[in-house]
Amino acid sequence: MSALRRIAALIVKEFVMILKDKKSRFVIIGPPLIQFFVFGYAATYDLKNVRYAVFDEARTAESRDLLARLDGSDSFERVATLSAAHQIDTMIDHQKARLVVHIGPRFSRDLYNGHPASVQVIVDGRNSNVALIAMGYIGTIVEDYNRSLVERGVLERGRAPGVTLIERAWFNANLQSRWYIVSALGGIISMVVVMILTSLSVAREREFGTFDQLLVAPFTPGEILVGKALPGMFFGLMDALLFSVGAVFWFGVPLRGSIIALLLTFICFIIAVVGVGLLVSSLAKNMQQALLGSFVFMMPAVILAGFTTPIENMPDWLQTGTLINPLRYVIVALRMIFLQGADTAAVWPQLWPLMTMAILMLPLAGWLFRHRAQ
Amino acid sequence: MTSGALFRMRMRGILRKEILQIRRDPSSIALAIFLPMVLLFLFGYGVSLDAENVPLAVVLDDHAGPARDVAARFSGSRYFDIHLATSLDEAQRWLDARQVEGIVHLQDDFSARLATGQVAPVQVIVNGVDANRARLIQGYARGVLQKWGALRQARGEAAAAPGVRVVQRIWFNEGAVSRNFLVPGLITLIMTLIGILLTALVVAREWERGTMEALLVTPVRRIDLLLGKVLPYFILGMLGMGLSVGVGVTLFEVPFRGSIGALLLLSSIFMMASLGFGLLISAAIRIQFVAAQISIVAGFLPAIFLSGLLFDLESTPRPIQIMSHIVPARYFVEISHTLFMAGDVWPVLLPNAAALTGMAALFMTLAYRKISKRL
Amino acid sequence: MATHSAVAQHTDHPGGNAVLVVEHLEMAFAMKKGTSLQALKDVSLQARAGQVTGLVGADGAGKTTLIRIAAGLLVPTAGSVTVLGLDSARDSIAIQSRVGYMPQRFGLYEDLSVRENMDLYADLQGVPMSARGERYRRLLDMTGLVRFTQRMAGDLSGGMKQKLGLACALIKSPEMLLLDEPTVGVDPVSRRDLWKIVYALVAEEGIGVLLSTAYLDEAERCHFVVVLHEGEKIADGAPHEFQKDARGRVFLIDPPSDVKPRRIQSLLSGRPGILDATIRSGRVRVVTATGGRMALDAHLPALWRTRIQQPSPSFEDAFMALIPRAQQPLDAIAAASEVPSPRSDEVVVRARGLRKLFGDFEAVKALSFDVYRGEIFGLLGPNGAGKSTTFRMLCGLSSVSAGEISVAGKDLRRSRSPARARLGYMAQRFSLYGQLSVQENLLFYGRAYGLAGRPLQQRLAWAYAEFGLTRWRDQTAAELPGGYKQRLAMAAALLHAPEILFLDEPTSGVDPLARREFWLRINGFAEQGVTVVVTTHFMEESEYCDRVLIMSQGESLAMGTPAQIRALARSEATPEPSMEDAFIALAEGAITPTPPIGDIVS
Repeated sequence: MSALRRIAALIVKEFVMILKDKKSRFVIIGPPLIQFFVFGYAATYDLKNVRYAVFDEARTAESRDLLARLDGSDSFERVATLSAAHQIDTMIDHQKARLVVHIGPRFSRDLYNGHPASVQVIVDGRNSNVALIAMGYIGTIVEDYNRSLVERGVLERGRAPGVTLIERAWFNANLQSRWYIVSALGGIISMVVVMILTSLSVAREREFGTFDQLLVAPFTPGEILVGKALPGMFFGLMDALLFSVGAVFWFGVPLRGSIIALLLTFICFIIAVVGVGLLVSSLAKNMQQALLGSFVFMMPAVILAGFTTPIENMPDWLQTGTLINPLRYVIVALRMIFLQGADTAAVWPQLWPLMTMAILMLPLAGWLFRHRAQ
Repeated sequence: MTSGALFRMRMRGILRKEILQIRRDPSSIALAIFLPMVLLFLFGYGVSLDAENVPLAVVLDDHAGPARDVAARFSGSRYFDIHLATSLDEAQRWLDARQVEGIVHLQDDFSARLATGQVAPVQVIVNGVDANRARLIQGYARGVLQKWGALRQARGEAAAAPGVRVVQRIWFNEGAVSRNFLVPGLITLIMTLIGILLTALVVAREWERGTMEALLVTPVRRIDLLLGKVLPYFILGMLGMGLSVGVGVTLFEVPFRGSIGALLLLSSIFMMASLGFGLLISAAIRIQFVAAQISIVAGFLPAIFLSGLLFDLESTPRPIQIMSHIVPARYFVEISHTLFMAGDVWPVLLPNAAALTGMAALFMTLAYRKISKRL
Repeated sequence: MATHSAVAQHTDHPGGNAVLVVEHLEMAFAMKKGTSLQALKDVSLQARAGQVTGLVGADGAGKTTLIRIAAGLLVPTAGSVTVLGLDSARDSIAIQSRVGYMPQRFGLYEDLSVRENMDLYADLQGVPMSARGERYRRLLDMTGLVRFTQRMAGDLSGGMKQKLGLACALIKSPEMLLLDEPTVGVDPVSRRDLWKIVYALVAEEGIGVLLSTAYLDEAERCHFVVVLHEGEKIADGAPHEFQKDARGRVFLIDPPSDVKPRRIQSLLSGRPGILDATIRSGRVRVVTATGGRMALDAHLPALWRTRIQQPSPSFEDAFMALIPRAQQPLDAIAAASEVPSPRSDEVVVRARGLRKLFGDFEAVKALSFDVYRGEIFGLLGPNGAGKSTTFRMLCGLSSVSAGEISVAGKDLRRSRSPARARLGYMAQRFSLYGQLSVQENLLFYGRAYGLAGRPLQQRLAWAYAEFGLTRWRDQTAAELPGGYKQRLAMAAALLHAPEILFLDEPTSGVDPLARREFWLRINGFAEQGVTVVVTTHFMEESEYCDRVLIMSQGESLAMGTPAQIRALARSEATPEPSMEDAFIALAEGAITPTPPIGDIVS
C-alpha cells in the first residue's frame, strides 16, 4: 500500500516536472512535430521535376510523341532543348540538367524499318540513387510508348517484342516512398522523445543532487525505476500514436493492419527504449554525458534500422549486428502493420526481441541506480 | 611592446590553451575523431542503396526450355537470389512473410506464346513497402530480361526487337555505386558536427565553468576571443575532413577527380560558415545543454535532411526547397559530390562557393558582434 | 532605507590616492515579464591605494555586481565607477590591463596545469618574456605552489586553487586587485595564508585591494569596510569605528556547567531588545539593541545573571547590530527547547575502521566514532577533507571500502527501505526540485515517506508555520531566495519526523544571518531528541555541536567536545584559542591529541 503511494508520488512529481517546465513541454511537442513534417516531406526517394534536356536530331512526329510523354510526366521537367552534341557535356557537367535524352537522326527510319530505334539517355551519376530511379522512370515511359506503337499498328503484331514485362507492386501500388518513410516515423520520433526524457531525468536529478534524496528516502530501486519509466512511456506512446494518426490523415498512408498490433508494438518498443534511456541515464554523471550518450546510441540506431536504407543491402556481419537494435524491429513491424495489413501474430517475430530487450535492460538500469554511485 | 607584439602574445596564449584543452578532453576527441570514423565506416561498409542478392521467388507454371532459360538468367544475376516456388500461392505466402521480396511468374503458355510469335508476358511482383528498393528490383528484373532478349537475338532464336530501345549512360559514377554518392556527402556531415556541435559546446562550457568571466577581465579584444576559438576548431575540422577523404578514397575506393587545391579552398570556406554558425549559437547561449539541443535541431538535422546528402532536394515540396537554401551543408554537399565524381567543374563550384562565402561572412560578423566583453 | 546605526556615512578616510571611485551607482537587471531587479541603489564609495577595502553584506547585497562593474564586466544603469582614473564602462580594456581580478570560482582552467594557467594569463596580460622568470618565482614562492607547477589545476585542493587564482590575478603586478569572495569554502590554513599574501602586497607594492566577503572576521582585518544591504550602502568606515558604536551593547554569558550554551542562546534569540545571540568558545555572546543589561536581565533567570561579562565588541557584533532584519518567528523553537533533553547513551550511528578508496587515492582513512541519541555530532574540516565521503557512506549513498557502519542498527546500503524512513537527509546545495513549487516539493517528499491524508496535511501545516514558508507556497523552489531554499530543504527533510537527521554542509553558501537562524532550529530539534549528524567547513559552527570530529585529508585529527578541542591549542600566546586556532594547530602538526579524545559524552 505505502509502496504504491510512494510510486504514485514519484509519478505525479515526474509529470508535473515535465509539464510545468516550458522547455521540457516543448521537447515533447515542438521538435517531434518539426521532425514529423520535415521527415514526411523531405525524406523521400520519389522523384519530381527531374530537370532534363533534349537533343532531338530526328525532329519527327514519333520523336516528338515520345518526348511529349516525358514532358507530360510529373517526374520530368524539360529545362533545355539542345541543338548540338557538344552542349550535352555542359548540360550535365554544370548540373543544368540531370539527364539528357538524345534521339538520333535515324530514329523514325529505324522504327518503321523494324530495327531497334535507340534513344540515348545520359544521366548525371553524382547522385547514384536519382540516376537509377530516373532511368527506371524512363524505362517505364519507353515501354508504354512501345506498347502504344503496337496498339496503333505502327509496329506489326507479329514482330512485336517477344517478351513483355508486367510489373506489379504489392502493398504500395504506386511505389510511394513517402508511405515507407512516414509509416515508420512514429517509431523514430517516439524513440527520440523517450530517450531524451528518460536519459535526462535521472541525470538531471544527479546533477541537482535530488537523486541522493530519492536513494535515501524509502524507495526501492524498483520503485524509482517504475516512477522514472512510466512518464517517459506515457509521452512516448502519446507521440507515437499522434504521429500514426498524422500519417494516416495528413500524409494519407493506409492503415491496413490491426490497431491492437500497432498498440502492442509501440508499447513493447517504448519499454525497450525506456530501458536503454535509463541505462544511459544511470551511467551518465551529468546531463551533458547523458545527452551525448543518447546521441551516440540514436545515431547508429537510426542508420542501422532500415529506416532510410534497407538492412538487406548491408553486409552480412552488419545485418547480424542490427539484431540488437530495437529500432529495427519496430520499423519492420510498423511497415508490416500499416502497409501489409499484419495482425499481432504476423508481427510476433518482431515483438519478442523487443520484449526480451526490455526484460534485460530495465533490471540492469535499476541495479545501476544504486551501485553506480562510486 | 608594440600593439602587434601584444596581439601575437595574446593569440599565442589563447591558442595554446585551446589546443591543450582539446588534447586533454576525451569528449572533444570523441566528437572530432571517433564519431566521424564510426559514421564513415557505417556509411562506407554498412549503408548502401544498392541491392544485391535480393531473395526472389520464381514460379514456373511452364516447364519448357525457354521458361527454364528465363529462370536461369535470373539465378545467374548477382542481383538476385532465386527460390523456386511450386505455385503462385506458395510464393505469395513467402512474400507476405517477407521471406522473398519479389515474385517472377511465368504462365503455363509462356513458351507456346513465344513460339507462335505472340506476346509472352513475364509477371514481376515486388513488395512495394520500400518503394525505392522496389523500383531498383524492377529495374534489375528489366535488365535481366533485356539481356535475355539480346542473347536470343544473338543465338538467332528471335529477330531483333523493334521499337524504341533505351541506351543508358551514367556519367561520373558509371556503376551508379551509392557509396560514391554517400561518402562525399558524409564528409559534409562530419564537418558540420565539428564546426557547430563541438564549437557550441566548448564555448558554453567556458561560461558554465566560470572561466569565461576570468578571460573577459583580461585585456583580450573581441577579435582575440573569436580567432582563438575559430583557429583550433578550424584545424580540427580540416583534419576531420582530410581523414574522411583519405579513408574514403583509399579504403572505400571512392573516386576523387577534383584537385586537392579546390578541395582545401572550398572546404575551408564551408568550415568557416559552420564555425560561424556554431559560434553564433554559443555566443547567444551559455548553457551546454541548450546549446547542444539547438545545434542538433538547427545544425545537425538540417545537414542530414535538407542538404541533399541522402534525399534529393529537388523532389521535395517547394517550401522545403526554399528552406534548404539557408542550410550551409546544402551547398557543400553539391561541391563535394562534384569534386569527387566530376572534378573541378567551376561553373558548379563557384555559385555554391559564393553562397558559402556569403554565409561565412554573415555568421562570422554576427558572432563577432554578439561576442561581448560584458557578462 | 535609513542608516540603522549611529555610524555616520564616512566618505572620507585616510590612505593613499583613490584607486576606485564609485559615484551614485545604480544597477538594474531586466528580469522576465518586464520586471527588473534593482541590484544596486545609489551607492557611492572609494577605495584607496595601499589599503584593503572590504565589501560586506548578506546574500543579495550587491557585492558581486559592484565588483563586476568595476572590472568592466557590466555596464551600470546609472552613476559611474572610476578605476585608476578611467571610466569602467568606456575604458574597460585599459582598466583590464591594469587591475587583477579573481572571480568567485577562481576562473582556472581545470584541465591545464598550474604552469599552463599562469602562462595563459601572462600571455593575455602581455607580460614580457624577460620579466616572467622573476615574476613566476616570486608568485610561486608566495603561494607555496613551487612543487606543483606540473599538476593540473583541477587536481589541486580548494586552498591551492584559490592561491593559483590569486597568482594568475597578480601575474602583471596590477595597480589594483579585485577579489570576489576569495575565501569561500577554503580551509582556515589557506585562508590565513591568503591574507598574509594580500597584506604583504599592499604593504610592499602599495596596491589597492577591493574585496567582498561573507566572513565577518575577515572584514575586521580590512582597513576600511563598506556594508551593503539589499543594494544599498548602509554604513562605511574603519572596522574599529563600527566596533566603537557597539560598545556597551555586547555581553558574554558563561553558562553554568549543567546548562548548555545553546539553551541560553535559544532562550534569548529573537527576543525584544536582543539583536543577536551566538555561541563563541563555549559562551553565549549577546548584542542588545540599547546599552545596558536591561534587555538581557529581562529574559534570563536570576541565577545566571551573575555570570555576565562585557567584552570589547567585534566587527561581527557591530554588523549584527547594523543589519536590519525582520524578527524571526523563532519562539516555537525556543519554547520547544525548554523541554529537557531526552539524551541517552544509546548509540545511533556507529562507524568502525571506516575507509574509502577511489582508485589508489584514500579519501577516508580508518575512521571510528559513535553518535548517541539526541546528540548534535559535527564532522568538521575544509573542502576535500573527506567529510562528504564519510557522510555519503553513513547514508548508504556510497559503498564502503573497508570497515563497518551501522545507522539505527542497520547498514543503510543493504537494508530495505523501511529502515531509511527513520532518517532525514538534507544534501549539500539543498536538493530541491527547482521547477516545482514549495507546495509541490513538500507534497512529494511527504508522500515519498508514505504520508497521506490527515497526517500529511498536519505535517504540511506544521512545516509552513515552523519555517515561515506560507507566503512562498506557490513560488517555484528555484525562485526562492537563498535562505528560504535552505528552509524548504530542511522542511522537506523533517516532514516525516525522522529520528536521525543527516545534514551535509547545510550552511555553505548561506549568509551569516541565515546561518544563525539555521543553527537555532537544529538546536531545537536536538532538544526534542532528534539525533543530528552535520558536516560543515565553518569552524566556528562547531560551537553548536555536542561533539565534533575534526578531519583533514581523510584523517581524523581530533574528536571531542568543542571545549576539549579548543583546550588542545591553549598556550601562552593564545590563552583563549578559537576553534579555528585549534584547527590550524592540529593541521600543521603543532599539537597532537594524545591519545585521540574519543567517545566522551559531556
